Amino acid sequence: MSEPLLSVRDLSVAFAQGGTQSTAVDHISFDIAKGETLALVGESGSGKSVSALSVLKLLPYPSASHPSGRILFHGADLLSANEKTLRGVRGNKITMIFQEPMTSLNPLHTIEQQIVEVLKLHQGLGDRQARARVLELLTEVGIRDPQKRLDAYPHQLSGGQRQRVMIAMALANEPELLIADEPTTALDVTVQAQILELLAKLKSRKGMSMLFITHDLGIVRKIADRVCVMTKGRIVETGPTKEIFANPQHAYTRHLLAAEPKGKPPAANAAAKAVMTGRDIKVWFPIKRGFFRRTVDHVKAVDGIDVTVRAGQTLGVVGESGSGKTTLGLALARMISSTGAINFNGQDINQLSFSAMRPLRRELQIVFQDPFGSLSPRMSVAEIIEEGLKIHEPKLSPDERDDKVVEVLKEVGLDPETRHRYPHEFSGGQRQRVAIARAMVLNPRFVMLDEPTSALDMSVQAQVVDLLRDLQARHNLAYLFISHDLKVIRALANDVIVMRNGQVVEAGPSEQIFSSPQTDYTRALISAAFRIETAPIGVVSQ
Amino acid sequence: MAEAAATTRERATRPRLSPLNQRRLQNFKANRRGYWSLWIFLFLFVLSLFSELIANDKPIVASYKGEILFPVLVAYPEEKFGGFYAVTDYRDPVIQDEINSNGWMIWPPVRYSYQTVNNAIPEAAPAKPSWLYDKKKRCSQYPKGEADENCTIGNWNWLGTDDQARDVLARALYGFRISVLFGLILTLGSSLIGVAAGAVQGYSGGWTDLLFQRFIEIWSAIPVLYLLLIISAILPPGFFILLGLMLLFSWVALVGVVRAEFLRARNFEYVNAARALGVPNLTIMFRHLLPNAMVATLTFLPFLLSGSISTLTSLDYLGFGLPPGSASLGELLKQAQRNLNAPWLGISGFVVISVMLSLLVFIGEATRDAFDPRKTFK
Repeated sequence: MSEPLLSVRDLSVAFAQGGTQSTAVDHISFDIAKGETLALVGESGSGKSVSALSVLKLLPYPSASHPSGRILFHGADLLSANEKTLRGVRGNKITMIFQEPMTSLNPLHTIEQQIVEVLKLHQGLGDRQARARVLELLTEVGIRDPQKRLDAYPHQLSGGQRQRVMIAMALANEPELLIADEPTTALDVTVQAQILELLAKLKSRKGMSMLFITHDLGIVRKIADRVCVMTKGRIVETGPTKEIFANPQHAYTRHLLAAEPKGKPPAANAAAKAVMTGRDIKVWFPIKRGFFRRTVDHVKAVDGIDVTVRAGQTLGVVGESGSGKTTLGLALARMISSTGAINFNGQDINQLSFSAMRPLRRELQIVFQDPFGSLSPRMSVAEIIEEGLKIHEPKLSPDERDDKVVEVLKEVGLDPETRHRYPHEFSGGQRQRVAIARAMVLNPRFVMLDEPTSALDMSVQAQVVDLLRDLQARHNLAYLFISHDLKVIRALANDVIVMRNGQVVEAGPSEQIFSSPQTDYTRALISAAFRIETAPIGVVSQ
Repeated sequence: MAEAAATTRERATRPRLSPLNQRRLQNFKANRRGYWSLWIFLFLFVLSLFSELIANDKPIVASYKGEILFPVLVAYPEEKFGGFYAVTDYRDPVIQDEINSNGWMIWPPVRYSYQTVNNAIPEAAPAKPSWLYDKKKRCSQYPKGEADENCTIGNWNWLGTDDQARDVLARALYGFRISVLFGLILTLGSSLIGVAAGAVQGYSGGWTDLLFQRFIEIWSAIPVLYLLLIISAILPPGFFILLGLMLLFSWVALVGVVRAEFLRARNFEYVNAARALGVPNLTIMFRHLLPNAMVATLTFLPFLLSGSISTLTSLDYLGFGLPPGSASLGELLKQAQRNLNAPWLGISGFVVISVMLSLLVFIGEATRDAFDPRKTFK
């Protein structure tokens, strides 16, 4: 084998906090050959991003340190290199794309300014040359009408387009190594497929090497030549992708491979009692123009949708981002105002005031997407779960409340002893269990689940899906399950509606939707979710 | 349920401080300068709260004809000691002789209050600190000269006297107390109003926010000093009137940060989650949003405090502050400016004010460190 492009030898990373040292990466070694794609796979907290960031020395020094190791790029050690040498390498020889394209682009600069900056810095191009190169790059990464996009600001682009711009910036100086840190995690499945295809195409055209960091084994299988499986700061298994998938050696790798949302949704039962029905739900946001703020048009986030959610059954709502699925859910839960009839438990609730809604909130619960944002960082888990009880069952004594909290924590599979800890001491999956416990402690009839698994690692997703199915069976709950991830929907929902631009594209029992989808849009969603394949231009958003 | 109840009833063993606050406390302590400043400031402040026992023109305890008296706490008429005034002047040699021949008395370490005029200064006021005179000169104005029993260390003017023959040390001590108290009350009051106003604006948003903001812009454009000039011509100057006037304008300081925090946090997912649980708005504001705003507020407080103190001092200096005769650092500075030949006035005033404000700024710095989430210490 020829000399590797990048060779990481015996690398450790430690963080100092409050006088104690914690080791995030523990003596790892890997090589990347020229033109090769290496995937670092692991759950969050396994140290994969930290390893990648140390290649460019982008960690928060001095609280981070490297007790051991060398990182050899073309045979020269980057860890001991001075700041000037590193600047020559960063953004030039080695470039990076990050997970969240919105926050990694400067919101105050246009697309052109951002890309030109990189070009001028490392290549010293003049204005006109730089502009020509920017257009070339944008075309290369598949931005349509690049001329018109030059003056756009990041917020005017969609998530996928932003990630394309990030890739264009990373490619601007023809790097030899591209580090991609979960570049598709924040994106829709359909866009994810497009971005992965783009990266693979660019890589082979330019002969770059790529270090790809992800928690999703589906992506690894699609894109990587070799895989390093990381857990708890160590690499437990390395090998060619095919071998790892065919014949995993380490227990952890097998655990990762087995972690796919499994199981069957509850059988559809049209006779079950309808808990929540919406007729012709519309949520229109006015667009106001001019001095008098006249309403000139509406953004039709939800445009005339009928839904029925039955007791013990799950209605899955799928669609790409911006299709209005969350808005629909929030409208049904009366968190935003809408027109149309919403019937909950035989009562029309769309006209009720906030205070009249309060007693009903007990039976109508929401679980949010982000388990990090939806739990107040200043309250202990017990306080978080108790909050609803204090309002809906004010007569309970503190001890009775505590008993209920203990009970519900057991039910969602958490140790009740941990209830006096604070959310930051829990992992993402445990936090989502806390959020579910907060909803369940009130014994609701209807739960709106707004992408409750999208922010979680693959293996944790499967556990949360199992938990939700259990709870549903035990309490005969009606779920409205919103997701862009069809894998999860297939495991949970017995009825599905497919949304696009605020309207229903397709609706029906889930087996029917999955086995014989009627529209190109649904077909594109399914192939993106299960096979990470892209659809022809125009079927889904970019 | 019984089993659940048996698992734990460990409410009591739970640590009082959340981990977040423990980290903050650690960060605060890690800033040695701020931490020490806090203790020194607290020591000085508590000490000054007991100024009456440290510097006073009345004895702390006296025994007269078998009766134990507390002149510091109770105003005994002079009749009690054979005189005829309504208030007893314990510094009067006649009264002293009367009490001493019928019992005893214990004086505070400094026998002057902030208003006490020293009639026995060796030269025209302002007199130098007593330790700059020799014993003969120091005692020259007492009736019995060096043999006079009032020519003791308790009657020294450690920092000299001002131009009305009042003891500078006593005035500085009382002045420090009133400055800090004024600052504390003003800070507390303006933060209560400011946080409430900011909270309402941030949480409601929309028209409430818009109108309130315009009102604040107009309100804070009113020139405070002129208003104080006009009002001090109408109302009698006093501690609480001054406090009220300052409060009218100082609450604006915190509105901005609190409003910004509420605007930011009201769309947080956990706030939405609380709304979905049916939590009433007021509870959401107190339990979920206020803690966010408290970080910004607490970081601001020490600076607000030092600001209030220097405002009071400057008003006193200009003569629009506390009523004439009251102990005030601003008035001390004014005297220093009038009597450039008496440097002890200026030096004392400068040292007291600068030490007080520096301590507060150091404490503020440490507080800011404590709440800085990105601060790391090695």
